[in-house]
Amino acid sequence: MSGVEYLSPGSVAEAVKALQVEGARVMAGGTDLLVQMRVGRAKPRVVVDLKRIPGIADIREQDGAFIIGAAASGAAIGEHEGLRKAWPGVVEAANLIGSTQVQGRASLGGNLCNASPAADSVPALIAAGAACVIAGPKGEREAPVEAIQTAPGKTSLAANEVLVAFRLPKRAVYSGDAYLRLIPRTEMDIAVVGAGVSVTLDASGKCVDARVSVGAVAPTALLVEAAGAALIGSSFEEVALAKLEAAVAAAAKPISDKRGTAEYRTKVAAVLARRAALIARDRAKA
Amino acid sequence: MSDGNQPPANLKVVGTRPIRPDGVDKVTGRAQFGADFHLPGMLTGRIKRSPHAHARIVKIDVSAAEKLPGVKAIVTGAEFDVGAGGDIEAGEHAAAMKDVADNCLANGKVFYKGHAVAAVAATSPEIAAEAVDLIEVAYEVLPHVVDVDAAMAPGAPVLHEDMFTKGVMPKPAKASNVAQKHVMGRGDVAGAFAAADVVVEGRYTTAAVHQGYIEPHACVAAWGADGQSTIWCSSQGQFLVRAMTARILNLPLSDIKVIPAEIGGGFGGKTTVYLEPVALALSRKCGRPVKLVMSREEVFLASGPTSGSSMDIRLAATKDGKLTAAEMTLRYQAGAFAGSPVNLGCMTAFACYDVEHLALVGYDVVSNRPKVAAYRAPGAPMAAFAVECAIDDLARKLNIDPIDLRIRNAVKDGAKTVYGATVRHSAFVETLEAVKAHPHYKAKLGPGQARGVAAGFWFNIGGESSAAVHVDEDGGATVVSSNPDIGGSRASMAMMAAETLGLPIERVRCTVADTTSIGFSGSTGGSRVTFATGMAVVEAAQKVVADLKRRAAQTWECDVAHVDWKDGVATCLDPSKDVKPLSLKALAGKSARTGGPIAAEVSLNAQGAAAGYGVHVCDLEIDPETGRTTILRYTAAQDVGRAIHPAYVEGQLQGGAAQGVGWALNEEYVYNAKGLLDNASFLDYRMPVASDLPMIDTILVEAKPNPRHPYGAKGVGEVPIVPSLAAVANAVSAIVGRRMTSLPLSPAKVLAATRAS
Ligand SMILES: Cc1cc2nc3c(=O)[nH]c(=O)nc-3n(C[C@H](O)[C@H](O)[C@H](O)COP(=O)(O)OP(=O)(O)OC[C@H]3O[C@@H](n4cnc5c(N)ncnc54)[C@H](O)[C@@H]3O)c2cc1C
Repeated sequence: MSGVEYLSPGSVAEAVKALQVEGARVMAGGTDLLVQMRVGRAKPRVVVDLKRIPGIADIREQDGAFIIGAAASGAAIGEHEGLRKAWPGVVEAANLIGSTQVQGRASLGGNLCNASPAADSVPALIAAGAACVIAGPKGEREAPVEAIQTAPGKTSLAANEVLVAFRLPKRAVYSGDAYLRLIPRTEMDIAVVGAGVSVTLDASGKCVDARVSVGAVAPTALLVEAAGAALIGSSFEEVALAKLEAAVAAAAKPISDKRGTAEYRTKVAAVLARRAALIARDRAKA
Repeated sequence: MSDGNQPPANLKVVGTRPIRPDGVDKVTGRAQFGADFHLPGMLTGRIKRSPHAHARIVKIDVSAAEKLPGVKAIVTGAEFDVGAGGDIEAGEHAAAMKDVADNCLANGKVFYKGHAVAAVAATSPEIAAEAVDLIEVAYEVLPHVVDVDAAMAPGAPVLHEDMFTKGVMPKPAKASNVAQKHVMGRGDVAGAFAAADVVVEGRYTTAAVHQGYIEPHACVAAWGADGQSTIWCSSQGQFLVRAMTARILNLPLSDIKVIPAEIGGGFGGKTTVYLEPVALALSRKCGRPVKLVMSREEVFLASGPTSGSSMDIRLAATKDGKLTAAEMTLRYQAGAFAGSPVNLGCMTAFACYDVEHLALVGYDVVSNRPKVAAYRAPGAPMAAFAVECAIDDLARKLNIDPIDLRIRNAVKDGAKTVYGATVRHSAFVETLEAVKAHPHYKAKLGPGQARGVAAGFWFNIGGESSAAVHVDEDGGATVVSSNPDIGGSRASMAMMAAETLGLPIERVRCTVADTTSIGFSGSTGGSRVTFATGMAVVEAAQKVVADLKRRAAQTWECDVAHVDWKDGVATCLDPSKDVKPLSLKALAGKSARTGGPIAAEVSLNAQGAAAGYGVHVCDLEIDPETGRTTILRYTAAQDVGRAIHPAYVEGQLQGGAAQGVGWALNEEYVYNAKGLLDNASFLDYRMPVASDLPMIDTILVEAKPNPRHPYGAKGVGEVPIVPSLAAVANAVSAIVGRRMTSLPLSPAKVLAATRAS
């Protein structure tokens, strides 16, 4: 790791400027980047640490909506009571990342921008309908989370863009979300499959809105619109759940690798999506 | 002291649970492990490794690397000069030194991804890494084979052109990957099968698994200008490292001093060398100390896992559950070079049971994988997996309780094993009965849960050991052990010395000496240290006591026969003498006037290690939609002779069971189509984490203390991994509703089987 320049800009504008240099890379918690540098997979010339930028790690509530700073740590997210109440699925996904030690640093921005197909928080954020606030040389833009990852390790962000924050919309009354992952062990493992579901019900318990997203079954986390559609209008009857499972299985395009076979991933994606939908429903009713 | 039949009763220290003497250093980070040594002028070494599964080395060009500023030495296998002499006893099997050398640095051919090809020493890790990249190796890539059955099939790529299967007559005309065929048995197997009421059979496979020690291999080697050198390293035997390094570099033993570091786990995997001869060759070339440390990836790629296996088994029994005959073929992966523990698999397979007619065939098979190394009861867990699953089938078929079936067939003292030894001091039946009486075995299972039971055996060994006991001038004592402490042996050595001397445990310290400071000892392996080195400690302490008695007699001017030694105090039994008792402290304080320093060293070859037996019970449940297994309750019972430090014995049982659960459920070496290892990290090589397991309950069966050891000890470290594979698999099979024959029982495999049945 010799010859790496370390910068810690004090503003987003400075960070964007620092990224003009060839070979510059953003760092938030560094729990992906530093590991990749150590094994020689990432070889940045300049590391641009975001953590000194005021507000970049803050979590704010604004008229019922939430703004989560791109560098907010998993631990901070888990300790935010308002967020836990409004978006328990997003919080449980963020808190599944790594161990207690990793939680102290790992961020949602890093989890998304590292662009692993198995990143835990991404399906939960997609299901939540979260939007990204992105800063670049020409100012700020917004994009939905599902538009960020383009391939394993690749994002739609330009080299000189910085993800600043996530915006989570204001929740309707009967709303809930959930995230589940399958790992062979109980922790310190990478999702073989992940599934995030967010639902909104009417007063009678009927589903009026639903988003379903699955991870680790395609090159990027998938928003499965047909799976959400299967729930809308239903009261989570077997028929609707079976449709949701079929939609997830149809959308899944997994590979077979050391972490699981394609067949297994497809089956389990459907199972987890159904289970997450039921947890989200129960949370929406509570 | 013991009269050789029953160990002494009324013990004050043995059997208690004092605080671990190495504990504070380990939890505070003060302990010095292999990678913690630094010397002035020390260089960083780094190893160039094969990217191929199987290839001929056409050319190694080091010229560009040599020119890089900061590079001080580069070595290849050509630097080695394996000295004359036979194999070296290494842990639990003999190591062929030419193979060990070729494994440290390839000689003409590479046999697996990660096989070491060359090494550099440079002034910084960055320069060393750059130099490794600059070494150019031209390869002729050869067809590869990683599966054991495929490696035995006709037409398989042959790794060693000079490998002609040993153990078959006449010598085969063609080279093959079968290094050796082992055959053992007795009786009339065919006749017994023909007469059997019931027969069960199966084909079983297990994956190669790594020992998974936390500390990667590490050493510092410093060549002296006078040709005398020093090696600091973490290993299971400083004498073994010395012997292997000396042989590979053709040096006299006395010119190498090996200083053992604290060791962060070994489980058998540190009973060979990978780095030390390489580091010393580099140091010899440039005259500066060289440190070599493996990364975790290197540990997985190039240090020993244990064999994956494929086995066929048939059992014959009467309808009331008496095993009459068994037939078994075992095929074990040796990795790149001969030497799988398949012979130990054959010997242990039926060691728990009294079976009259037996036929066992074992094949030691090379393939394009790292050379296997010893792992906790080498060879036994795989064989026990097949045997204990087959016995479970038999219990189901006959509708007999699995413990009762095992009690019915359990070996008892006096029985003859298939390898010729007579069973002595065994408490297998008592262990089975202890499990049967335990609340766990009687507890009701919830819906969707199942219970698996299995047993296991390990020989345990004795062998050569040395130890010294020094009495300090203030009345304390120091024990000098010849064995690296990987399981808490400093505590048990100190305890046995304290017991013998009559001192409180706080007044006895134990240290592990380098190769120049104590007599020779075999490695820390084979569950031998508490037994064999412990015996040397006790004998040394007894010599000290005899000396103390002599000094008391001299002081009192009485006959030594009239001196009694109890609880660290000499008392005069001669009624004509009006003298006060003399404590060890008092005698130590005036040692200069009674003959000088008080110390004794004992070197011995310990005989009479008694075998151990374990029985495990595992409750689990399976998520029917994902195939994921959760272990709910686990109890490990073991015939331990007598536990010197019961908490450490319990720890051994729990650790062995935990490793066995990993072996059963998720651990495996995953190879891609090119024969390259795909999961060389703890992320994708899935050993259990703490939260995967419940607290493992233990039952220490002390029904048969070993009369050949002064305090009744038996080896305990290896037995507890043996039963666990089948204990888990039997429970999984019960839930799935069909016999699960292939480890690991990963979620995908279990889900597929659940759906199929
Ligand atoms: C032991 C361990 C266990 C882990 N377990 C899990 C797990 O269970 N689940 C899981 O999903 N992941 C896991 N990870 C991976 C990692 O911790 C997560 O992906 C984490 O969320 C990354 O966040 P970070 O802030 O550390 O990212 P960093 O390492 O700082 O950055 C990651 C990548 O994103 C880019 N980046 C970061 N922030 C921004 C930004 N604001 N704008 C633009 N680009 C940005 C960086 O340039 C880099 O390419 C684990 C890692 C470790 C070391």
